[in-house]
Amino acid sequence: MSKIFILADHAHGKMAHSVGELATFAARAGDVTALVLGGDISILSPQLSDFGISEIISLTGIDFEKYSAGVSAQAISQILDEKSPDALLITSTARGKEIAARVAVRTNSGIITDAIDLDATLVATQSIFGGSTTVHSAISHGTPIITLRSNSVEIVSAASTPTITEVNLAQSDFDASRLGDKVVSVTEAAKGGRPELTEASIIVSGGRGTNGDFSPVEALADILGAAVGASRAATDAGWYPHSHQVGQTGKTVSPALYIACGISGAIQHRAGMQTSKVIVAINKDPDAPIFDLADLGIVGDLFAVLPQATAEIQLKKA
Amino acid sequence: MKIAVCVKQVPDSWAEKKMSGGLLDRAGVDAVLNDLDEYAVEEALRLVEKHSPTGEAGEGSGHTVTIISMGPDRATEAIRKALSMGADDAILISDAALAGSDALATSLVLAQIIEREKFDLVLCGTESTDARMSVVPAMLAERLNYAQLTFAGSLDVDPASSTIKVGRSTDSGIENMEAVLPAVVSVIEKINEPRYPSFKGIMASKKKSIATLTLSEIGVDAAVVGIGSAWSKVNDAQERAARAAGIKVIDEGNGGKAFADFLAEKRMI
Repeated sequence: MSKIFILADHAHGKMAHSVGELATFAARAGDVTALVLGGDISILSPQLSDFGISEIISLTGIDFEKYSAGVSAQAISQILDEKSPDALLITSTARGKEIAARVAVRTNSGIITDAIDLDATLVATQSIFGGSTTVHSAISHGTPIITLRSNSVEIVSAASTPTITEVNLAQSDFDASRLGDKVVSVTEAAKGGRPELTEASIIVSGGRGTNGDFSPVEALADILGAAVGASRAATDAGWYPHSHQVGQTGKTVSPALYIACGISGAIQHRAGMQTSKVIVAINKDPDAPIFDLADLGIVGDLFAVLPQATAEIQLKKA
Repeated sequence: MKIAVCVKQVPDSWAEKKMSGGLLDRAGVDAVLNDLDEYAVEEALRLVEKHSPTGEAGEGSGHTVTIISMGPDRATEAIRKALSMGADDAILISDAALAGSDALATSLVLAQIIEREKFDLVLCGTESTDARMSVVPAMLAERLNYAQLTFAGSLDVDPASSTIKVGRSTDSGIENMEAVLPAVVSVIEKINEPRYPSFKGIMASKKKSIATLTLSEIGVDAAVVGIGSAWSKVNDAQERAARAAGIKVIDEGNGGKAFADFLAEKRMI
C-alpha cells in the first residue's frame, strides 16, 4: 500500500483544521503518516485520532517557527530520504508553500501548489487563472510534493490510534546557513475572534464603497460567524489589514457563501473569489461587474442594506 | 552592495488567460512587467538611495541594482521598464530550450546567475500574476544557501555590518526577522509605492546594458529545463463555464430583508 505523508500544522497547542482535510486526501491514496514539527506531542497527538492516521512522526529539539522555511525543509527532507513515502501533502499557506518549495529542490522532486482536489492516483486538480480554468496534473519525478488549499474537502472521520515515533534533533544537525534567518520578535495582530479567511465557510468583504467604515461589514460578519475580507482598494487605502485582502495579490478563497459589499468586481478581485459556491453582492452601481457573477445582487447603499439584513438575520435566528 | 531584482514578464493581469497545449497561451496577450515585481525594483532603488553618498542611485552611489530575468527575447520590454525606473543594468537568460520551464527550472537558472555574479541581496515580488505559485524566492534561498526573508512589509539593511532586518507579514501578525547577507527577500505590495519612470529615466534606460545570455553561456544543461523536463505534467485543462448572473434586486427600502430571505431560503442561516 502507498504511504502518504502529511505535514500537520499546529499553533498554540492546537492542530489546524486543515490537518483533517490533508488526512482525508491522503487516505484516498494510501496509508497516512502525519509529520508534526515541534510542539508538545502529548497535547497534539490526541487531536490526530479522528482522521485515520496510522503513524505520527514528531520532530523536536529545535524551534522550527523561529526560522524561515529552510530548517523545516531540511528536517522533512531527511525524513523523506529515510522513509521514502509516495507523496508529501502540505497545506497551501505562505509558509507551507515555502517549505514545499525547498523540500522539492532538496529532494529533487516535482511540486504542485494550490491543488483543490486529489485523487487516489495522486492526480491533482487546480483552479487557475482566477478560477476560469480547471487543470489536472501529476508529478513524474521524486516524491510528489503537493500543497492543497484549505476548505477544499469535507473531512472524512475515521478513528485510529496512531503510533508515535519521536525524532529528536539538535541545532548541530542543521546547515549553519539555515539557522541564519531568525525571527527575533512577533507582533500579533488583533484577532477579534473571527475565523481565518481561508478557512471560513462564510466571508463578508468590503471595498471602496465602505469609504473606510467597515462597521456594517463586521456586524454582518459577526452575526453570520463569518470572516472579514477586503478588496485591494480597501487595503491600499489602509482601511483594513493587508492580510485580509482577497484577490489576485491577496488570498484566494472559496467559501460556501461570499458577500461582496461595495466591491465593483475588478478582474483582480474576481480572481480571488469567483469559485465561491454562493455569491451575494451589494453595490450602488447597477452596472458593477460583480453583479455578473452574483447569485443575488442588491443594487443599493450598503449602509442601508447591511444593517437591515443584520437585524433581519438576528430575528430569523431568534 | 550588489543588489539583484528578479523580474518576470507576464500577460497583463487585466487580460483573459487561456491554456494551449498544457501551457499558458502567451501569444496575443499584452505582456508587461509583473506588477508585483515593481515593488521589488522600487525597494532596491530606495535602499541604494538611502545608502548613497549622493542620495541617488546609479554611478557614484557605491551600490548597484541589476535586473535579472528569464524569458523570451521580448522580455526586454519588461526589463526596460525596470531600467527606466532607475536600475543600473540587466541580465536576461533567453533560450528556446527554456520554453515551458517550471518553477524548479526557473529557480535553477536564476540561482546560476546569482551565484556567478555574487549578489549580496536578491529582491523578488511575492508571486508572478500568471502562475501564482509563490515558490521561486524560497527555491532560490534553498539553492543558494542564502537567508530567506519573504513577505517583507518593511526592509532595512545595514551595509557596514551586512545585516538585514525585515518585518514579515503573516496571517497572525508581523514577524520581525534578522539575518546576515547574502539574503533572498520577497516584498509585499504594502512596502512602498513604485515610482513612475521619469522622461529622463526612460531616455537613460535606452543606453543601459541588457546582457542576453543563452543556457550554454551560463553553464546550464538544456536537458534539465523546459517543458520536456518539467516534473509536473498537465494531463488536461478545461475552461470553467462562466458563472451566470442570478437575481438582481433594486433596494427600495427592503433590500436587506430580501437578502436575509435569500439566505434563509438557501438554508445558510
